[in-house]
Amino acid sequence: MKLAYWMYAGPAHIGTLRVASSFKNVHAIMHAPLGDDYFNVMRSMLERERDFTAATASIVDRHVLARGSQERVVDNILRKDQEEHPDLIILTPTCTSSILQEDLHNFVNRASIISHSDVIFADVDHYQVNEIQAADRTLEQVVRYYLDRCHRQEKWDQFLTDAPSVNIIGIFTLGFHNQHDCRELRRLLRDLDIEINQIIPEGGSVEDLQNLPKAWFNLIPYREVGLMTAVYLNKEYGMPYISIAPMGAVDMAEWIRQIQKNVNTLTLSSSNKRVDYEPYIDGQTRFVSQAAWFSRSIDCQNLTGKETVVFGDTTHAASITKILVREMGIRVSCAGTYCKHDAEWFKEQIQGFCDEILITDDHAEVGDMIAHMEPSAIFGTQMERHIGKRLDIPCGVISAPVHIQNFPLGYRPFLGYEGTNQIADLIYNSFALGMEDHLLDIFGGHDTKEIISKSLSTDIGLIWNPESRLELSKIPRFAREKVEINTEKFARQKGIETITVEVMYAAKEALNT
Amino acid sequence: MSVKIDETLTVECETGNYHTFCPISCVSWLYQKIEDSFFLVVGTKTCGYFLQNALGVMIFAEPRYAMAELEEGDISAQLNDYEGLKKLCIRIRKDRDPSVIIWIGTCTTEIIKMDLEGMAPKLEWEIGIPILVARANGLDYAFTQGEDTVLAAMAHRCPEPEFSVRERKETSQNFLTFHSRKKEELVEYANHPSLVLFGSLPSNVASQLNLELKRQSIKVSGWLPAQKYTDLPSLGDGVYVCGVHPFLSRTATTLIRREKCQLIGAPFPIGPDGTRAWIEKICPVFGVEPQGLEEREERIWEGLKDYLDLVHGKSVFFMGDNLLEVSLARFLIRCGMIVHEIGIPYMDKRYQAAELSLLQNTCIKMCVPIPRIVEKPDNSNQIRRIRE
Repeated sequence: MKLAYWMYAGPAHIGTLRVASSFKNVHAIMHAPLGDDYFNVMRSMLERERDFTAATASIVDRHVLARGSQERVVDNILRKDQEEHPDLIILTPTCTSSILQEDLHNFVNRASIISHSDVIFADVDHYQVNEIQAADRTLEQVVRYYLDRCHRQEKWDQFLTDAPSVNIIGIFTLGFHNQHDCRELRRLLRDLDIEINQIIPEGGSVEDLQNLPKAWFNLIPYREVGLMTAVYLNKEYGMPYISIAPMGAVDMAEWIRQIQKNVNTLTLSSSNKRVDYEPYIDGQTRFVSQAAWFSRSIDCQNLTGKETVVFGDTTHAASITKILVREMGIRVSCAGTYCKHDAEWFKEQIQGFCDEILITDDHAEVGDMIAHMEPSAIFGTQMERHIGKRLDIPCGVISAPVHIQNFPLGYRPFLGYEGTNQIADLIYNSFALGMEDHLLDIFGGHDTKEIISKSLSTDIGLIWNPESRLELSKIPRFAREKVEINTEKFARQKGIETITVEVMYAAKEALNT
Repeated sequence: MSVKIDETLTVECETGNYHTFCPISCVSWLYQKIEDSFFLVVGTKTCGYFLQNALGVMIFAEPRYAMAELEEGDISAQLNDYEGLKKLCIRIRKDRDPSVIIWIGTCTTEIIKMDLEGMAPKLEWEIGIPILVARANGLDYAFTQGEDTVLAAMAHRCPEPEFSVRERKETSQNFLTFHSRKKEELVEYANHPSLVLFGSLPSNVASQLNLELKRQSIKVSGWLPAQKYTDLPSLGDGVYVCGVHPFLSRTATTLIRREKCQLIGAPFPIGPDGTRAWIEKICPVFGVEPQGLEEREERIWEGLKDYLDLVHGKSVFFMGDNLLEVSLARFLIRCGMIVHEIGIPYMDKRYQAAELSLLQNTCIKMCVPIPRIVEKPDNSNQIRRIRE
């Protein structure tokens, strides 16, 4: 048992649901008590989706506790099969229901005999893995299911596409800037003359999964989710994969060179044209991306040597650390991640880029570390942003977990060359706003309106009795002044000299008439 | 006064798949209401993640709430849960020093049959802070009923009234009222037995209700919950209680049976019509004639004229998640709208009897058909019905 009130990664079933709801025509069924289906609401709100999320709960209540789910789960699966006609139904328990240890596998088998859709049981241990690991695992499970079946039925088309093509694996719902990143990747690949075979799971169809091996290689932009699938495809079908995150000018160049290598390796055999992306890399880095130029400008020179702390998921934390150090000349006192299961890779990546490394999922430890380091800026999750608010240190958000402001309607990728611009903006603005605050403090430039309004009330000579003063203090600060002014206006109109609580409420009612 | 439910008011139960929030969501508003409380939710990552998202940015304002996150060892009963909880509570006492710690049981604690009610008194004695146990789990309850379980638990901790109850009863038979009705001056209170209101409301709304009753010379002795745990009202034989929320049926039952209070069954003070009916139900119990309510209600309706014009004749369908649906439907019907169906997770017909009766009367008055009430609706079926 431990005391917690904030977690960086959600529970396992959220990961499974994210993968399920990213595919087109896949329906998820949660075996869960009332209230565990908050995922639907979260997704509609954050992704600003118009349609209902394709996830329903098969409710676990006292009857189920006493007698077992029996028919209910199977009935729910068959019902969704008839109502929605999905290609696939994924059944997932939540932490609560997994304690019940019901034989959900069995229900799935029984249902799949009758149902038209395929039915899979999401096989994840809810007490061992978190949201991210569960998403990775579920995606691999779904891919494996369809490819194995295809293989068994020997319907497998063995040939690669004629022109170079790739699969992008790991773009999915509620991912940090995933939609924007995906757009940017499409643009990049188009520039490089590479076709996109499939993007999974976002918007993908499970019926197409059997064609995954037709692509020349796989791209895994975020290693937290997608790596398991890539490893599987590599092992079973010999597909190479690139798991560098194309974030920041240096890693972009590296990523494109790896693509080049893969394309040329496979092109040789069909004696087609070889590619050389060096001029492209050069052009993009020097002219299209403004980041490289800007980081050498005088504005940015102010930032050289400034200290920062970076924390987030492995992909973003590692990349941002490298960008800060390599591309902007900023120091990283401490870099860390909450993805404890991937700690080794993380440490290896940022070795030499930062002074200290912190691997933890305890936000209090992160807060303590930041308080101790006293950096000029923080780059982390929403939790670090709030730690920053408390300690008066500016913070830019570079990783999940996030709030709705990190699902912007405008175009804001982190990957690609446009991403380098966005990141440079984020870094620069975080520092600049911090400096602004200090300037305001030094020169005392806050508003003088307070003085003016104060004098207004003392002129009139209205008295607020102690009760009403107490009532006024209960009103949140941002509304208090308005209430005060409105009440006094009302009192003056009615010729009342002493303001009581009744007068306050009467004034409020009068507002509406 | 018994209230019969007419046959024309149909209440069905669909027992379907519907969406509502977990009852532990009550923590998000109750910790703010009860200023010296601390809520400890004993559950899993799922519960914690839900509250984290529900609280939104409030989670960073150091709320008086924490999760006692159960891990694998706890679930398989390898670790001693008493010792685990004790350690956490000692830390809470050190960090936040609350007047009361409220343990919120969840689905998980239900399934592993964790004996929270057994452990609480012992730990309370050991660490010296009152510990309340409320089982707000999604197996039995929905959304706002979480508040119901907490208030029902809190009712047991309310002190006995100070003076002998029998005396009170005898003097109150006379119902002497001491008025001095000068024009703008407020009157003193009538001599009447204690009245305690129950339901969690922001303090300014509670003040307004107090004021409304004060205008009718009725004094509210206290609220459950009070702004501070240390200010709990006295409850007991001869104390009258009245609820302000439709979802507090368990609290009402606890107050009647365990605390021996008298429940005033009234429609709920939602909307000007509801508020008037609520006051009108309370006054006669204390022998007071309500004054000026009709004009007040009229004035409010006049002020809402612009909005009423906008919604007049439009229709509403309640899919149901928060148990307030009947009162809301009644209000909107009174505003001139048409309600097709009222979905609701659970409805206690006795506790909401007065509200249901008001709903019927409002429909008759506004000449619209009485909506169908569906308990535990099925969202897919509802969507189909909406399309039809």
